[in-house]
Amino acid sequence: MKPVNSAAGGATGNGETGPVVQVAGAAVRLGGRTIWEHVDLEVWPGEFIAILGPNGSGKSTLIKAILGLLPLQAGSISVLGQPARRGHPEIGYVPQRRHFEADVRVRGRDVVRLGLDGVRWGLPLPFVQRGRARSFEKQVQDVIESVGAAAYADRPIGELSGGEQQRLLIAQALVTHPRLLALDEPLDSLDIQNQQAVAGLIRGIARDTGAAVLLVAHDVNPILSALDRVVYMAGGRVAVGTPEEVVTSETLSKLYGSPVEVLHASDGSVVVVGHPGEEEVFHHDRH
Amino acid sequence: MTAIDCCADGAQCASGSCSILQCAQNCSAQIQSHFISPFGYHFMQNAFLAGTLVAIMAGVLGYFMVLRSQSFAGHSLANVGFAGATGASLFGAPPILGLFAAGVAAACGIHYLGLGTRQTRQNDIAVGAIFTAAIALGFLFIRLAPKEFTVNIYDVLFGNVLGISDANVLITAISAAVLLSLLVVSARPLLFASVDPDVAAARGVPVRALGLGFLILLALTVAVAVQVVGVLLIFSLLVTPAATARYLTPHPALAVGMAVLLAILFTWCGLAVGFYTPYPVGFFITSFAFGTYLLVRGAKLLMARSQRTRLANSVLA
Repeated sequence: MKPVNSAAGGATGNGETGPVVQVAGAAVRLGGRTIWEHVDLEVWPGEFIAILGPNGSGKSTLIKAILGLLPLQAGSISVLGQPARRGHPEIGYVPQRRHFEADVRVRGRDVVRLGLDGVRWGLPLPFVQRGRARSFEKQVQDVIESVGAAAYADRPIGELSGGEQQRLLIAQALVTHPRLLALDEPLDSLDIQNQQAVAGLIRGIARDTGAAVLLVAHDVNPILSALDRVVYMAGGRVAVGTPEEVVTSETLSKLYGSPVEVLHASDGSVVVVGHPGEEEVFHHDRH
Repeated sequence: MTAIDCCADGAQCASGSCSILQCAQNCSAQIQSHFISPFGYHFMQNAFLAGTLVAIMAGVLGYFMVLRSQSFAGHSLANVGFAGATGASLFGAPPILGLFAAGVAAACGIHYLGLGTRQTRQNDIAVGAIFTAAIALGFLFIRLAPKEFTVNIYDVLFGNVLGISDANVLITAISAAVLLSLLVVSARPLLFASVDPDVAAARGVPVRALGLGFLILLALTVAVAVQVVGVLLIFSLLVTPAATARYLTPHPALAVGMAVLLAILFTWCGLAVGFYTPYPVGFFITSFAFGTYLLVRGAKLLMARSQRTRLANSVLA
């Protein structure tokens, strides 16, 4: 993994010293319903931020808006100083999903490689561009090793376990050395050991590359110790701050508009109880 | 008769003083006196030429079709194509044109109604109803067609690879050139969109446009492949080689190459056997394809089982 300085060293101009993502007064409407509004958020290089909240509160929608996949009803979102747009090369994205079907017989290595040159039209000339082909192969191999997936990268991805697939998808998102990593529930389909391992991996990547990480999570506990800040979404509004500031009975009660209690277990994990609609947001014992 | 026999017949060959080429000429002269070469006939030259081109197109496109789980869409295009082929005969237009036109219409329908993959049961029923109506319509068109334009229903259903005209060989060659050049341009984004549509869309790949473009190329391939294997046996070139290749390697470029090689092999073997026997070529192409598929799947199953046994033994030991 590259150190912080060289990762950011190639880019110049807008966004070099400013925030990676700037959301100002943003609102999204889908199918006539306002998902959220008055959202303000700044994401700085190297930050690890979790997006939390009950189902349907618009966590994935926020990621998609930052990716430029959804139009805004109001406000603005800029990524590295430019308006959010589809196909921004400095964003690595792992969408929400269960897994690849078992009959997807394509090597994990090829899935990672698509992150590097899957958007390119045409085919590389086999002999003329040998140098570039080799450097691409090395980049793919490096990123596969950095996520610890070298042992199974040549097997069909459909045959791999959820944790192995998730590591390869994170490698695919990382292979272009993005400055923002947007991960939509990357831990959700994993068992508790893999959750911790993948969370640690992401934390390490953010530290080593200087990339900012936005991670949508159903359960905050596996990542609680690694987090810089949280974005808590509920009732069409958001609260942003450190976990100690936001995940409190007072802040969440205000956000939900009804009494909510945050309990702290002796092992440091937190459980939110009493809010309407969703009961398992912070269940640390659901596995 | 083997090459060694041939060579042994010639005194110079036996003494080792002649070239391989001379021996080969000797061989072919002897073989020709015993067998009739299929390449001596113009219709067989056309059959091999068109068959090879169709096999290349079907192998490449079949790989993506199987990867995208769109075999169902390919099946739909072929069935609707039946009505197109017979409908064209009403106006004296070539069946291949009707096949392509109907295929493109069906491709647009499948795309915009979102019926391409993961159909719900409701969609299955709707699409099934449309297929049946299309085939019934094709049946009616055959009766309605003026006598001088009548198409042979067997040719549309099972193909007539031995009756391909020079003009159709040319059409097939142009189709193959168009298809391959478009695929060379779009191969990587299409692979990305097929394997991982969400990420591809976020990265700026026009996933929906590629999906429609792919279905239209599939319609083109179906239209020309019907000449060789007909509407009913089209999967022997479109699905079976690609499905077999996928079991042989998980490497995308290699799998495409293998699918093409297998499709060519099945077509050539089918043509060769069909030439020397009185039975239809389409039957042999399909049987070779199916037999190979069974062999590969069976071998894979056995390998997986023996691997499990070995693993279990090593755990016990």
